[in-house]
Amino acid sequence: MAATSHSAADNASSGWEIVVGLEVHVELATDTKLFSAAPSRFGDEPNTNVTPVCLGLPGSLPVLNRRAVELAMAVGLALNCEIRPSVFHRKNYFYPDMPKDYQVSQYDQPICSDGWLDVPGGSRIGIERAHLEEDAGKTTHLGGADGRIHGAVGALVDYNRAGTPLLEIVSRPDISSAAEASAYVDELRTILLTLGASDARLEEGSMRVDANISVRPAGSGELRTRCEVKNLNSLRSLRNAIDYEARRHIDLYAAGDVPVQETRHWSEDGRTHSLRSKEEADDYRYFPEPDLVPLAPDDEWIAQVRAAMPELPASQRARLHECGADPEDAQVIVGRGLAPVVLEAIEAGADAKRTMTHAVQNLALDGAELLGIDHLASLVQMETSGQLTATQAKTVLGIMCERAAAGSADPAAIAAELGFEAMDTAELESLVDQAIADNPEAWEKFCAGEAKVAGVFVGAVMKATRGQADGQAVTQLLAQRRGA
Amino acid sequence: MTSAHVIASEVRAGTRRATDVLEEFLGRIETHDGDVHAFNTVSAEQARAAAAAIDASVDEGRDPGPLAGIPVAFKDNLCTRGVATTCSSRMLEGWQPPYDATVVQAMTSAGAVMIGKTNLDEFAMGSSTEHSAFGPTRNPYDLTRVPGGSSGGSAAAVAAGFAPLALGSDTGGSIRQPASLCGIVGIKPTYGRVSRYGLVAFASSFDQIGPFATDVADAALALGVISGHDPADSTSIPAAVPDFAAALARGVEGLRVGVVSELTGSGRNGAANGGPPPGDAAGDMLDGIEADVTERVLEAADALADAGATVGRVSVPAVTYGLTAYYLIAPAEASSNLARYDGTRYGLRVEGADVEEMNRLTRRAGFGDEVKARIMLGTFALSAGYYDAYYGKAQRVRMLTRRDFDAAYADFDVLLSPTSPCVAFRFGERADPMTMYRCDTCTIPSNLSGDPAMSVPFGTGAEDLPVGVQVMAPALGEETMLTVAAALERAAPPLSKPLLAGAAGSARAGS
Repeated sequence: MAATSHSAADNASSGWEIVVGLEVHVELATDTKLFSAAPSRFGDEPNTNVTPVCLGLPGSLPVLNRRAVELAMAVGLALNCEIRPSVFHRKNYFYPDMPKDYQVSQYDQPICSDGWLDVPGGSRIGIERAHLEEDAGKTTHLGGADGRIHGAVGALVDYNRAGTPLLEIVSRPDISSAAEASAYVDELRTILLTLGASDARLEEGSMRVDANISVRPAGSGELRTRCEVKNLNSLRSLRNAIDYEARRHIDLYAAGDVPVQETRHWSEDGRTHSLRSKEEADDYRYFPEPDLVPLAPDDEWIAQVRAAMPELPASQRARLHECGADPEDAQVIVGRGLAPVVLEAIEAGADAKRTMTHAVQNLALDGAELLGIDHLASLVQMETSGQLTATQAKTVLGIMCERAAAGSADPAAIAAELGFEAMDTAELESLVDQAIADNPEAWEKFCAGEAKVAGVFVGAVMKATRGQADGQAVTQLLAQRRGA
Repeated sequence: MTSAHVIASEVRAGTRRATDVLEEFLGRIETHDGDVHAFNTVSAEQARAAAAAIDASVDEGRDPGPLAGIPVAFKDNLCTRGVATTCSSRMLEGWQPPYDATVVQAMTSAGAVMIGKTNLDEFAMGSSTEHSAFGPTRNPYDLTRVPGGSSGGSAAAVAAGFAPLALGSDTGGSIRQPASLCGIVGIKPTYGRVSRYGLVAFASSFDQIGPFATDVADAALALGVISGHDPADSTSIPAAVPDFAAALARGVEGLRVGVVSELTGSGRNGAANGGPPPGDAAGDMLDGIEADVTERVLEAADALADAGATVGRVSVPAVTYGLTAYYLIAPAEASSNLARYDGTRYGLRVEGADVEEMNRLTRRAGFGDEVKARIMLGTFALSAGYYDAYYGKAQRVRMLTRRDFDAAYADFDVLLSPTSPCVAFRFGERADPMTMYRCDTCTIPSNLSGDPAMSVPFGTGAEDLPVGVQVMAPALGEETMLTVAAALERAAPPLSKPLLAGAAGSARAGS
């Protein structure tokens, strides 16, 4: 089936349009689990971050994590949702990695409902709901290939993940292309990072995207049978899966057939595959979780959460744009979580262009978001005033990021430590004159117009200053000497 | 038999050793529990260590607490760290919890000494303790009869003098009904008054832990210790714990006592106290309540009137639907609560070809018939297409029950009814499930409403067997309830039937 090469434009030209709704699960960045005091943390020894609650031991009871609720509310507010009284339900089904054999989840009364997300570049995607639920443990099958169930002779279950708070964010079927789906997820991710609500890593599973995909005759407005596609571990997978699945539907309709509503698995062979079809529809026997009380945040609590929210990405981008950033740079700065630092440094008087250049080119570093505004601003100031060269500034910045968490990222101190001291002009001039005197042949060529031999003099000056001279200043002096 | 509060005061005063107290009770268990079978586990070794620690505290001049040296029995669905907690089920046979239930922690911190874990209907589902996987408990008043249930082991243990105090759990009457059948006091507190953390769940929205004792004062003492807000139980009420002991001495003068018409027939007090209530027709009375039992309740009401209370009759119409609603909601919650017993993490496992078969075989082998029946009933009640008709409708009945009780409490401070429609019955006599379920007719309404209720012995019925009167109060109204119970206790005729008659050891227990 030659499908994946078809673009949305092809589909449109063939009279079909794509209809996509996304269900995004994100792990909330809480210290402890949704209903227990066990650490919500990965990479530890299996079954060490567990309490009687996480293991579903007889007699254990859940207690709702207040921080998880606040993060859920913050995400809901950022997505323009209403925060409503909500109720936890039990979703009953047997599975070994689910300790109680039911999942506690919000069902018909989610905490956040009826919002929207504006995708950069234009369209507004409706948000149906965002609700809290607990994650399951993780099963590893023994004996099968790569821990898969096929051919397995046994299984081990790690309950460290069991009870991790998840927020499931469900969009309306307002997304009309693979690119738009990708942009939606990217913007959602940026919002989550900005809020500190999740580390939102698709590849590592702290953000999981399922796509409900269907097609319809262009302009018809109808909703046809959809397929839910899982295992989308990157934005590229998401885009490819949407294009593949839409083409599959179009081909089915073209052949006089219809798609079957089912769950499909995206695999890296570039196709979706039907998962084992179930004999009957699941009946989860939802009912209100009697071990918890209804969750009804009052206006005061909602207001507190709202007041504590940082500036959202859309607003950050707009302000960066006002400072002269192009859309791509603005997105990079916001995506790295550097917008607050950059904007405040600029407000504090730092040169806008240089500050943003650092943020885009030199600050893809861990710890950058922890930089103090005053420290970044003073670094840019030192650079603008000629105290530091561009190269030196970059080196200092790297060390500032390393030390940001410890709060000892004063650029003046670091520059002094490295021996980066501003060279006075007279000293630089004498070094340039010395370099000319040492390389008479090269000087002749330079004066004859061979610009590339300038490197000889710059190199000599750099050598003499152990790389601390400002290359640009040397080049200017050479030009002066030649003209004199 | 010494009462609990006397033991505690003597141990605290240093005039009696906790270890001596313990040995007396262990001796009685040794002699008689072969006949009664109140215990699944007698934790003698741990108990001796705990009692020795209490004595050491006293020797060092430290106060071990209000329950100093009192041996207590815990129903075997309360988690006890390192001591088997079976729920009288093959499913959990031998399982040792890694933690103590909040109530267990509270009792032992107050100086109580755990003497053992008591028998129950499997996972607390039953009214006779006949549904224990480890064999039934016998009623100390008549070993051919049931002690009631599901907390039959705890009730029998206290009645037989194996422990002055015990804790049980009450989902539809499982404390009050066995207390009634065994001639002792049993309290179901307000839902949320006592933490459920560590109580193996049957039906979470009804389950409540409470004490058994030989008298109201001891029951109040234990209730005070286990009450209070627990952050580990989200349904726990953040209310201050009153001084329950102080409530005992208060008189009933001026209290308004309502006898629930639907649970006592049209009886002789009907016309004398304000005339028939609305709907007070024969068809609204619940049948199957023994005449002797009704008569004792009316005598109890008379006794309260003599003591200065204003007594009247009151209709609480929704109680007639209580049983039906309860037997939809409780099994629904149970079907979910008991899903976790799948052989994966703890308890019984029967191996199968794959996980699904392992789950199936484990559950088939691990659960008894009554538990299976309730899981199936509850699964059905929650199924798509039936939810509204069964679970949904039952929840509406629950709301109505609360509304009807609220209306009754607008006019009355406490309500009276029988605790059990009958005295202790013979083994096998109520084998038909519907007949068995009707044992809970009078107790279920308080579980639906969440209000406190207790059973106090008041005379005897057929075969000289004990009758319990149920005192019900509005939410958090335990003090008034205890005041009335204490008054009834003072007025109650003595129980004449000997304890442990026909037992292998001695004919007459206690002193």
